[in-house]
Amino acid sequence: MKHLLSTSELSHADAVQILDTADQMAAVSSRAVKKLPALRGRTVVNLFFEDSTRTRISFETAAKRLSADVINFSAKGSSVSKGESLKDTAQTLMAMSADAVVIRHPSSGAPQQLADSGWIDAAVVNAGDGKHAHPTQALLDAMTLRRVRSRATGVASTGMDLEGMHVVIVGDVLHSRVARSNVWLLTTLGARVTLVAPPTLVPVATDNWPCEVSYDLDAVLSEAPDAVMMLRLQRERMNAAFFPSEAEYTRGWGLTAQRVQRLEAVGAPTVFMHPGPMNRGLEISSEAADSPRSTVLEQVANGVSVRMAVLFLLLSGDESSPNPSEN
Amino acid sequence: MSCYLIGNARPEGGDPADLLVTDGTVTAVGAPGSLQVPEDAEVIDASGLIALPGLVDMHTHLREPGREDAETVQTGTRAAARGGFTAVFAMANSNPVADTAGVVEQVWQLGRDAGWTDVHPVGAVTVGLEGTRLSEIRAMAESRAAVRMFSDDGKCVHDPVLMRRALEYVKAFDGIIAQHAQEPRLTEGAQMNEGAVSADLGLTGWPAVAEEAIIARDVLLAQHVGSRLHICHLSTEGSVEIVRWAKSRGVYVTAEVTPHHLMLTDELVRTFDPVYKVNPPLRTDADVQALRRAVAEGTIDVVGTDHAPHTAEDKECEWSCAAHGMTGLETALSVVQLSLVDTGLIGWDRVAQIMSHRPAGILGLTDQGQPLRPGSVANLVLWDPAGATPVDPATHASKGRNSPYRGMTLPGSVRATFYRGHPVVRDGELATPLGR
Ligand SMILES: [Zn+2]
Repeated sequence: MKHLLSTSELSHADAVQILDTADQMAAVSSRAVKKLPALRGRTVVNLFFEDSTRTRISFETAAKRLSADVINFSAKGSSVSKGESLKDTAQTLMAMSADAVVIRHPSSGAPQQLADSGWIDAAVVNAGDGKHAHPTQALLDAMTLRRVRSRATGVASTGMDLEGMHVVIVGDVLHSRVARSNVWLLTTLGARVTLVAPPTLVPVATDNWPCEVSYDLDAVLSEAPDAVMMLRLQRERMNAAFFPSEAEYTRGWGLTAQRVQRLEAVGAPTVFMHPGPMNRGLEISSEAADSPRSTVLEQVANGVSVRMAVLFLLLSGDESSPNPSEN
Repeated sequence: MSCYLIGNARPEGGDPADLLVTDGTVTAVGAPGSLQVPEDAEVIDASGLIALPGLVDMHTHLREPGREDAETVQTGTRAAARGGFTAVFAMANSNPVADTAGVVEQVWQLGRDAGWTDVHPVGAVTVGLEGTRLSEIRAMAESRAAVRMFSDDGKCVHDPVLMRRALEYVKAFDGIIAQHAQEPRLTEGAQMNEGAVSADLGLTGWPAVAEEAIIARDVLLAQHVGSRLHICHLSTEGSVEIVRWAKSRGVYVTAEVTPHHLMLTDELVRTFDPVYKVNPPLRTDADVQALRRAVAEGTIDVVGTDHAPHTAEDKECEWSCAAHGMTGLETALSVVQLSLVDTGLIGWDRVAQIMSHRPAGILGLTDQGQPLRPGSVANLVLWDPAGATPVDPATHASKGRNSPYRGMTLPGSVRATFYRGHPVVRDGELATPLGR
């Protein structure tokens, strides 16, 4: 693996290796000294063409825990109007001898263009591009699901996949890179995925996607799925007539208190996931967000572990273990 | 006095013949060796080559005035000559827009001075291509450029009342409105064909219905007011069906397809290489096959290149901010051979129709698209169907380097182009322009 651009290119073995490595990284993060020397002397550039403090801090923390040097390069505002900046910026990064470039970009495909362009020879990690892909988000979701399964079964998570788990992804699939990346990754790992959304927020041609599509959240929740993942809804979608009002959206597709109670009543195992930041009262109620079923904070912690694993595997070549005993 | 004997060529793919070209006119055609040849005639051996009437491109972007960094009339017509064209229609989306007699006369004069092909400016339908007021169409028609085709190409004339008026108005001088069919609200922010690939890539989709809805409306308008309508660059199977239906009802509609829509599909967008970003977008394989059949059955009348050169800065960037368009003049005939002739769908006589006779006829040109027989103006191209054209944009005469075929080897090659009896291309290379 030279780059991490999309989860559609990850094999089952690749994905399990990343998750196993992430579990080892999580062990490091729970120690008093949360640092490994693995990437000492290597340079990781966070190249963000779009604001995302949460994702940037997660990558920055991951790189620093591996002892890498981190450069934050914020290029917001210079990109979409003047296109040559991606090329110029890439060449600037090469002059700084970056070993890895973590790129967040509003234009779908920008990380792939950077990787394919010949402008740089650094490893490229996609930290979210347009509506296309957000592979480390999907990996942290998979890590979270694996840990949920491990706790439920008492079986250690190492080597485990998601065979047979039922994951429901709810909301604005059309505009969501998180949904796309999860569809490919979770199904590669054996999960059954159901997308639930109003028809206006589902792409027109998802026939080839390895998942089911439903417009009826209550019907899908009545199957007592293992997890329901709520996507963040951009409020401005309402102005483009994707749905008539926030109240109607919430009644149809929100994880409301009533829906939580119904799951409780039947003793469903369902956990509640959200990539954050949450719109409380819109796609997710406080009852759901603050419920013991919520994995939102665990997802944030797993994000650092997964990003450590990705940077480690991309930058340390063939070595397969981060050797956590070393300090 | 100039005199050329083109020996042993196959006119429109038929039996070998000799053609005598004297002072810009085809003066004799006969069986090989049968013609009386003046002693000073220069003999060109065309054995194995197909002779076609000089190609006529109804849809070219020459970028001058305004974007001379992307293309000029000089470089664009050199590219045209290399591709076998002897006439091109220059779209109006220059800067300033070709919406006045002054601009169209300027472009027409630049073409005349360059001397590589005829250049016929297309006039804008609306002032500044803004879709709100008719431009001075009659003044452009009566100018030295004698404009007959009007188009806001690049933008759609989407206001139905304005479109109706434009269709009616050009009847006064047998003009034609060429529509770029793209419903603007359905394509806001659109980046590629809407379908399975756009769903995977998360790029905003450009639905087929945005093209088809405008075509359906406009054929009905053309029928209602009894005007001539030309549809630029059809790209979907549904558009073909609507045009077929309209023709069966007797509507005077003609339809065009680009070479790239006959060959390339939206699967290429998975590379995110902006060389594949084009308007209308590359569609699905089902669309490509439907377009090919539509040319064969006659629903589509002409191939127009939509040659759209861009600077590297406008293409070497993120997909969403890259310019739409690809070059096409120097590869058009190769792509037509690959997609239509080598597939057995049409013969060379039909190629002569769709790339020369028919576009010249639609536009009322009397000195282009004539049959290769005595008395015709000597516009012709000698094509080697067994040749090969390796595509290296750096060697193109166009300033544009944005060829989607770069790195490929396409079938066939232009050996010579005669423009008004003068060889502007010889031995596959640009020679000299026509002096006037
Ligand atoms: Zn157009």
